[in-house]
Amino acid sequence: MRVPRTLIIGAALFGMFLAAALLSYLWTPFDVTALDIAARLRPPGAVHWFGTDHFGRDIFSMIMVGARTSIAVAIVAVAIGIGIGTPLGLAAAARHGGLLDEIVMRGNDLVFAFPSLVIAILITAVFGPSALNAIIAIGIFNIPVFARIARSGAVSLWTLDYILAARVAGKGRLRISIEHILPNIANLLIVQGTIQFSLGILAEAALSYVGLGAQPPTPSWGRMLADSQTMISFAPHMALFPGLAIVLAVLGLNLMGDGLRDLLDPHLRRWRQ
Amino acid sequence: MTLLSVRDLSLSIGALPVLDRLSFDIRPGEVFGVVGESGSGKSMTALALMGLAPESARVSGEARFEGRPLIGLAERDICAIRGAGIGMIFQEPMSALDPVQTIGAQVAETLVIHGRMNRREALQAARARLDRVGLPAARFPLDLYPHELSGGQRQRVCIAMAIALRPRLLIADEPTTALDVTTQAQILDLLKSLVEDEGMALMLITHDLAVVSGIADRVAVMQRGRIIEAGPTGDVFRNMRHPYTRALFRASGHVPARSRRSAGQPILEVRDVHCSYGGGRRRLFGKATRIRAVRGVSFTLHKGENLGLVGESGCGKSTLSRAILGLEPLQGGEIRLFGRPVGPRMDARDRAALQVVFQDPYGSFNPRWKVARLVAEPFNLLPTRPRDWRTHVAEALESVGLKATDMDRYIHEFSGGQRQRIAIARALILRPELIVLDEAVSALDVSIRAQILDLLADLSDRLDLGYLFISHDLGVVRAITDRVLVMKDGEIVEQGPTEQLFTAPRHAYTRKLIAATPRLPEIPTRMMQDDN
Repeated sequence: MRVPRTLIIGAALFGMFLAAALLSYLWTPFDVTALDIAARLRPPGAVHWFGTDHFGRDIFSMIMVGARTSIAVAIVAVAIGIGIGTPLGLAAAARHGGLLDEIVMRGNDLVFAFPSLVIAILITAVFGPSALNAIIAIGIFNIPVFARIARSGAVSLWTLDYILAARVAGKGRLRISIEHILPNIANLLIVQGTIQFSLGILAEAALSYVGLGAQPPTPSWGRMLADSQTMISFAPHMALFPGLAIVLAVLGLNLMGDGLRDLLDPHLRRWRQ
Repeated sequence: MTLLSVRDLSLSIGALPVLDRLSFDIRPGEVFGVVGESGSGKSMTALALMGLAPESARVSGEARFEGRPLIGLAERDICAIRGAGIGMIFQEPMSALDPVQTIGAQVAETLVIHGRMNRREALQAARARLDRVGLPAARFPLDLYPHELSGGQRQRVCIAMAIALRPRLLIADEPTTALDVTTQAQILDLLKSLVEDEGMALMLITHDLAVVSGIADRVAVMQRGRIIEAGPTGDVFRNMRHPYTRALFRASGHVPARSRRSAGQPILEVRDVHCSYGGGRRRLFGKATRIRAVRGVSFTLHKGENLGLVGESGCGKSTLSRAILGLEPLQGGEIRLFGRPVGPRMDARDRAALQVVFQDPYGSFNPRWKVARLVAEPFNLLPTRPRDWRTHVAEALESVGLKATDMDRYIHEFSGGQRQRIAIARALILRPELIVLDEAVSALDVSIRAQILDLLADLSDRLDLGYLFISHDLGVVRAITDRVLVMKDGEIVEQGPTEQLFTAPRHAYTRKLIAATPRLPEIPTRMMQDDN
């Protein structure tokens, strides 16, 4: 099986940010909390590779630590979505057409009906701006996404003969869902997980841009962009690098999702042959 | 004068040769049958002629339609021939029509695309064509959608589309395989009358020798991409020069050797059973409609008995089989196994006596499991899985003619026939009293089907195993059962010993079913003997 080029490029891009995030726990070129007013608004150079911001903090180091924040928020948000959404979707499919199915799917519709970012802003505004509340807000909107994916994959599997054979072998709906259904929809979940991961990074950036994400002094890409706004004309590098980081991380994850879909989806694979 | 002349047509995909130097002629107004098993290249022949072979395929050789070459034409030129000169219909009428367009629009589309007429004229012509294929205006207005029609009616629409431009040749690829026998007979009649009335030639591709022998003027037998024998139908079937033709023929009418047994005590009793299942809900809080699929069915199955259940699609036989397997609750009546009730809450020990083999060898197994785990799944019904379960799996695999070492392979490594053997091994592993065979041989090629029937007959004799053999194929049911139930619209309309029921059917519906079943021609017995 050939690995799609999109997957390689995407994984390389995202891997770069992941490596930077992990490395930041051990080492950054400068301390991101150390202010150095004398060295403020330096353009990119040999000492400060990406320049410094209006407090003289090293932008390269902040991007590294910011990657940590972004990835952590997105991972937990996707985990909430998969962890709660998938069982709900599997349960709905196991009782396809029943009351539980109706409740889960109408609940999904309800969540889908609200624009996610607006509700996320509402949640963080009510419970106070913090990285944790941002995670919860983004995670809640991942639940129906995974519930729906899991349900649609599972419903079509439930009609197959091997599920009937398992029922004839006396297996209950829970056991069948875990043994037979879940492994066979895992590829759908992985692909969607990658896409939701990129949306999570974007949402975290958006929330911290309006000041509702991770709070200072924890660096985050969104707030770095917000800080740069008033200085854009004489310190464009302050906006350029966090913006580029967001674009490249999201692009990498989307490419990865596309590549994984090509690799894992048997229907598409047949088409390409 | 030949209509279509094919010389040395070869086709390969990558290094894989699919068609090997085919040569044949089709004359105007004749029915040319192409028979062969799956993988013989019969469908690919049709696709190659229509310029529809996959892009990766390399086609060589020559094919002339009315003297003009077909192979290697530019897409634009072949499009002018497709539909206008050569029409085509496919096996699956359920997916051959666009679900969001009316049938009138779809038939008219062919006429408009080829620039023959404007939309209004095309709709009028479409009406005439639909009338011709037996869909009269009163019951089938042009603005019907495909989902409002049955399978047979959809196939008629496909035929109307294919003949809209009065092509000189109609290629029909397994046109009746997905249809019930009575519908199949009607569609074959329609095709025959179209050939007679319109002077159109028909290239009929099928796996069914009986269908071909009943309709074709000339026939070609294909095996592994080659035409191994061809000629006038009567001649080919009388002489059968090639051993493969003989083997195919024997397999088509194969009757496995079975010992007659006196019926033992009753094991399964079905009394006045009613089943229904939920249809869609019309509104959010509306009541779901219920479809009454089984209405008052009663019968008894004795130990070691092979009981057939025949009926056309939608007659309720699948719903009934699920009820018997204890998967669905009953709406009335009762089913008893060894005197104990059958249902979703039945005891695991009773369930172990009742196993199942399904139709589709590809959908019957979790693709991520190895054979050992698949075959051992019914052990779930025992309180604990026996410690020597792998020995049991090995024995089960060997009893269905596979090797014990096959248990460590994945299911995708096996062919359709081997998978059906694995399905039987799974059903056998707990030594059940009764196996429900739900169209268990319907998806198999005739030669594989003959082997599986032999295996089933042998297992039933050796293990004193009872079968409930559900099928739409009367020939197969006749070959393997002791007694038959005929089901129609959720009711059993006739039951009796197999031979008696087939030779002297009492109910009008049974007679209709038997009359509609295509028959193999009578062949001298010397032909039916083994070649080795």
